Amino acid sequence: MTIADQVTGSTIAGTADAKPAGITPRAAAPAITLPAIGERELRLDLFRGLALWLIFIDHLPTSLLTWFTIRNYGFSDATEIFIFISGYTAAFVYGRAMLENGVVIATARILRRVWQIYVAHVFLFTIFLAEISYVATSFENPLYTEEMGIMDFLKQPDVTIVQALLLRFRPVNMDVLPLYIVLMLALPLILWSMKWKPDVTLGLSVVLYAVTWEYDLYFSAYPNGFWAFNPLAWQLLFVFGAWCALGGARRMSRILASPVTMWIAIAYLVAAFYVTLTWYVPQLGHLMPKRIEQWMYPIDKTDLDVLRFTHFLALAALTVRFLPRTWPGLKSRWLRPLILCGQHSLEIFCLGVFLAFAGHFILAEVSGGAAMHALISLSGILIMWGVAWVISWYKSVADKSGAKTKNAVGNADLAGGG
Amino acid sequence: MKAKVLLSLILLCGGLAAPMARAGDAASAAPAAPAACELPPYLLTSESRLPKVADAVKAGKPLEILVIGSRSTTIPSSESSSYPARMEVSLKDKLPPSEAVHVSVEIQSKRTAQETAATFVKLMEAKTPTLVIWQTGTVDAIRSIDPDEFRSAVTEGVTALQKTGADVVLMNLQYSPRTETMIAAQPFLDNMRVVAQEHDIPLFDRFAIMRQWNDQGQFDLFNPSRGPELAKQVHDCLGRALAQFVIDAAHLEPAQQQN
Repeated sequence: MTIADQVTGSTIAGTADAKPAGITPRAAAPAITLPAIGERELRLDLFRGLALWLIFIDHLPTSLLTWFTIRNYGFSDATEIFIFISGYTAAFVYGRAMLENGVVIATARILRRVWQIYVAHVFLFTIFLAEISYVATSFENPLYTEEMGIMDFLKQPDVTIVQALLLRFRPVNMDVLPLYIVLMLALPLILWSMKWKPDVTLGLSVVLYAVTWEYDLYFSAYPNGFWAFNPLAWQLLFVFGAWCALGGARRMSRILASPVTMWIAIAYLVAAFYVTLTWYVPQLGHLMPKRIEQWMYPIDKTDLDVLRFTHFLALAALTVRFLPRTWPGLKSRWLRPLILCGQHSLEIFCLGVFLAFAGHFILAEVSGGAAMHALISLSGILIMWGVAWVISWYKSVADKSGAKTKNAVGNADLAGGG
Repeated sequence: MKAKVLLSLILLCGGLAAPMARAGDAASAAPAAPAACELPPYLLTSESRLPKVADAVKAGKPLEILVIGSRSTTIPSSESSSYPARMEVSLKDKLPPSEAVHVSVEIQSKRTAQETAATFVKLMEAKTPTLVIWQTGTVDAIRSIDPDEFRSAVTEGVTALQKTGADVVLMNLQYSPRTETMIAAQPFLDNMRVVAQEHDIPLFDRFAIMRQWNDQGQFDLFNPSRGPELAKQVHDCLGRALAQFVIDAAHLEPAQQQN
C-alpha cells in the first residue's frame, strides 16, 4: 500500500533552510532513513492540514463555521495554500529523486503519482454520480424546476462519463484534483528546468501566467465553459512553491526578514480585510472609492487573480516570519490532528470531498438546522483526523515489518505532495 | 407605520401558533407581509436609484413594469402566484390608489444572458416600460458559461435596456441548496454585482434573500415535495420584497405610500 512514493532522506541539496547543522550531506543521504522523520518541515504539514479542513468546511453549505475560513478575511483561500504546499513538497521529494536517480526514474515516479490522483478523482466522480442520480429521482419541488435542468446530463451518460474520464466534465467541488493532475504532469518538465536554472524557470512561469491573462487562454470543459481552476494560471503558485523548495526560500530569507516586507504585508492584509468586509457589511460600501472598485473587481479565482496571489504571498511572508520552524507548538498534541491530516493529504482531501457530499446529503434528507450543521462539520473533521491517524498507524506498522526493505521509510508521506 | 409593525407582530405570533394558516394569509392580498417574509433591511437596500420610476409616480403617470426572466420567474401552471404578479398586487397596495401599475412578464426559458440580451432591442420596441426587472444567471450557471462572457452579456443587456430610457433592476439566481453541489452560482452572483455596481443600478439579491429565509427557518428550501405550496409562498414573499425594494430605490416619499 503506497499511496505515496517512498523516498529516502529528508533534505535536498539547496534547501539549506531545511538543513540544521549536523545533518549529513546529500552524498550519504540514502543511508539516513528514519532520523529523517525528525527533520520534517512540520509547518508544511500543519498548513496543508489546515487547508484541507478549510476546504472541507468551504464545501459544506455556509454555516457558523464558515466564518472561520480565511476566504472571509481576504482575497485568497485554502486552495492557494494547498497548491503552493503541494508544489513545495512535490519539488522537494521528486527533485531529490531526480538528482539521485535521474530524470527517467523521477518522471516514472511522478507519473505513478499522477495515476493515483486520477483514480482518486474517478472514485469521487462515481460517488457524485450516485448522489446526483438519487436527487434527480427524488426531488421535485416546483420552486426549482429550472435548477433541476442541471440533471440533464444524466440523460446522456455515454457522453458525460467519457468526458468525466477525460477530466472535461467536472462537477462543482471536484475542480482541485484535475488541476493537481495537470500540474503534476508538468512537474518533470518543471523540475528538469529547475535543475538547470531555477530563476529562469520561475520567470517562464510568470511569463506563462501573463500570457494566459493577456490572451485569455483556458482549458475547455464539457458541456461548455472552461476549467474552474485554470492550470495555465495556477501553475504560477505551484512553480513558485517548487522554486521555494529548491532553494528559493533560503535566498529570499533576507527579504522575508526585513521589516519593510512585514509592514507591506500587514498593510496589504488589512486593506484586503477591509475590502472583504464591504462584501458582508454593505453599509461600508460607500466608503470604497468607485474607481478602485471598478479597477479591482471581479477578483478572479479561475485565473488566480494577482490580488489573490499577492494576498497569499503576504500571508505566507507573515507566517514564515512569526512561526519559526523550531516553534515548540508544532510538537504540541493540540496541533497533532492538523499535522496528521496534512501528512496524508491526498487521502484526506478525497475524504473531505466525500464527506462534504455526505454532509450535503444528510442536511437535505435528514434535517437542516444549525445544530445538525455544526454536528456534521465537527464529525467530518473528527473523521478526517481519525482516518489520518489510522493511515499513519498503518504506515508505521508496515514500515516496521518491512524494515528490511531499503525503501520503506517513514518519510514517505512527504512524497505525495498531495 | 406603527399599525403595520403591530400587525406583523400579531401575524408572527399567529404564524408560530398556527403554521397551517400561513398559506392562506399569503395567498390573500393582506396589507402586512406574513412573518415568513421578514428580512433584515440591508437585503432590501440599494444605493442606486430608480429616477424614472420616481418621476413617473410623482407625475401620476402609470407605472409600466416589465419582468424579463427565465423559468424561475414563474411557477409552473400557477402564473398568478409567481413573484411578478405578487409584486404587482403589493405595489398597488403600497402606492396611492390613483397610481396605475401594470406588470408584464417576458419568459425566456433555457436562454443564457447573451441569448436573452440579443432580443432586447426588438422587445423594447414593442413595449415601453418605465422599469425593467431582469432576472438572469441561472441558465448561464447551469451551462457553466464563461463568467467573463456572462458579464459582458449582462453589461450589453443592461446598456440596451437603459438606452430605451427605462430604469433597470437586476435580479440574480435563486438560492437552491439542493443543487448547491452541482451548480456553481458564485461567479455569476459576483459578476452580476459587478455589473450592477458599474452601471449604478439596483441589484435585487434574490440569492441572499432566499438563503436568509432558509437559514432562519422561515422556509425549508430543501423540501422535496411536489406540491406548489412552498413555491407559492416563496414567490409571494419575493413579490412583496421586490415591491418594497423598488419603492425604496425610487425614494418614493412615505407620503406617496399608503400606510
